[in-house]
Amino acid sequence: MSPDLAPNATLYALVGAALVGLGLYGLVARRHPLRRLVGFNVMGSGLFIVFGATGTAPGLAPDPVPQALIITGIVVAFSATALITALAGRYAALTGRAGLPEETPPPDGDAAGRPEAS
Amino acid sequence: MTEPLDTAALAAALAVALPLAGALAALVLGRRAGDVIVVTGPAMALVAAALIAGIVETGPARIAVGGFAPPLGIALVADGLAATFVATTLAVMAAALAIARGGLVARLRETRRGYAFVALAHLAWGALNAVFLSGDLFNLYVALELLGLAAIALVALEGKPETLAAAIRYAWFALTGSLLYLAGAILLYSEAGTLDIALTATRATESATMLVAGALMTAGLCAKTALFPLHAWLPPAHAGAPAPASAILSALVPKASFVVLARLWLEALPAIATPALGPLLGGLGAAAILYGSVLALRQERLKLLVAYSTIAQIGYLFLLFPLAGGALGTQPWAAGAWSGAMLHGVSHALAKAAMFLAAGLVLARLGHDRIAGLSGLARAMPMTAFALGLAAVTLMGLPPSGGFIAKYLLLVAAFASGQGAWALVMLGGGLLAALYLFPVLGRLLAKEDPEKTEPAGPPPSAAREAIPLLLAALAVALGFASVWPTALLAIGRPGAAVEGLE
Repeated sequence: MSPDLAPNATLYALVGAALVGLGLYGLVARRHPLRRLVGFNVMGSGLFIVFGATGTAPGLAPDPVPQALIITGIVVAFSATALITALAGRYAALTGRAGLPEETPPPDGDAAGRPEAS
Repeated sequence: MTEPLDTAALAAALAVALPLAGALAALVLGRRAGDVIVVTGPAMALVAAALIAGIVETGPARIAVGGFAPPLGIALVADGLAATFVATTLAVMAAALAIARGGLVARLRETRRGYAFVALAHLAWGALNAVFLSGDLFNLYVALELLGLAAIALVALEGKPETLAAAIRYAWFALTGSLLYLAGAILLYSEAGTLDIALTATRATESATMLVAGALMTAGLCAKTALFPLHAWLPPAHAGAPAPASAILSALVPKASFVVLARLWLEALPAIATPALGPLLGGLGAAAILYGSVLALRQERLKLLVAYSTIAQIGYLFLLFPLAGGALGTQPWAAGAWSGAMLHGVSHALAKAAMFLAAGLVLARLGHDRIAGLSGLARAMPMTAFALGLAAVTLMGLPPSGGFIAKYLLLVAAFASGQGAWALVMLGGGLLAALYLFPVLGRLLAKEDPEKTEPAGPPPSAAREAIPLLLAALAVALGFASVWPTALLAIGRPGAAVEGLE
């Protein structure tokens, strides 16, 4: 089923795969939230490049579907990045620390602080 | 070029559009956002009724959005599974938003958080319905992402450092999971040339690329569903959110990624499901049941206990794969296993939402939710205590509840397929659930502590106390009337749509 890629597309796919590896390393091995976010975005971009490369074959018009889906994927990744940046920024402002503690302490909904309503 | 719209198609489109409109309305209304549910609740009830009526009458409906047929277009598929979960989502959302209207939203009226909850809940609602109704693997990715972002924001709603930490931790799991899913979808497209579920099923051939694609998507979805051992983010995230948000998060959000996983292996890729898939996912599910229950036993706070119980209850869903997955889909017992797993998803959603909402009322009244300090609550808040009791009956799988019928169907399938080990796990899980829930119920019924602290808040109104009770009663009623949901679930069921021996 899978067509042979056009010569350039192989290069694109390999570069994309390398980016996926780099990004995954950043996402998993780094602790600072912004470094992780960069890793997430590098990995996402690598996946999009691989995806774009799959839509080309020698002698055929490029497949438009991957391109349409990549645009959608970029919007999703951008939204996620914005949300995490806001959360991490708020967390750093409240605690003075950027990284999360190793263990999440159980959330404190009892006597300390105001009771949460249902 | 559009085809004439029939009832089910229109209902499917509205099921996604209406909640999103509700989210916008909540932003516009600001301080009056709590009233949005007064409109969206009844409207969605009509939509769900029309959806169910439509597919009962004409069978599963495929809707080509905008008139473009797959592979170019994106199909919505309204089948029994989708309709069942659209209705379940409606029940939980309506309850959570109604109880928040007099509590959370009113309390935070002067801040943005009050109407943010209403907007985020509606966003999650639209995303959930989009997940249940999508027939396209990429559309599912977008819907799951929208759901994930809304869920992460719901976790962070309280804005305290520890809930922010829980939200960020949840986000890493969810985002890594979605990248894995996306990588799998890309590989699948490069191999099959389509992402439409029905078309994929006809084109999937056993190849290394396809297997890797399936494995990547499965890993990503398991992280999003919080299946053991990828569960660590769930308890702090679900227990730290305000109670109505916890109810939505625990009852509905994991079900969405599970439904995608079920559709992936039972509808899109049954041809390439290897024999190892069922035991692997089932084994992780069994580990989740035991591990989640044992940790629930050790909790001293009600909301954390309820959250750990979610990890255990998610485990039961995954017994679907060894009992009805892959090549077994055509076996006579697969239908029962399929109905059992999905019915479990529905009854757990109702019971778990009831428990979290009841826990929220307790917390608002006492100012804490330490289990040791709940003595005498059955006298002070009888309806809430009764709601907790009824929800516990469903979670333990005691007759006549929906949880019992679901477990019974799964047990029958386990014995019929000669896999008694899964049955043992289920029975052990029920016993463990009794062990961690009975102390709570016993504490509620105990005599009041003479050195009791003063309650922190006013007693909740009877109307708000009635909401979790209604949900818990629905979960039990599912057991009495399980014929209808089972029949509804069978519409468009993957595999052999015939019950019994062929």
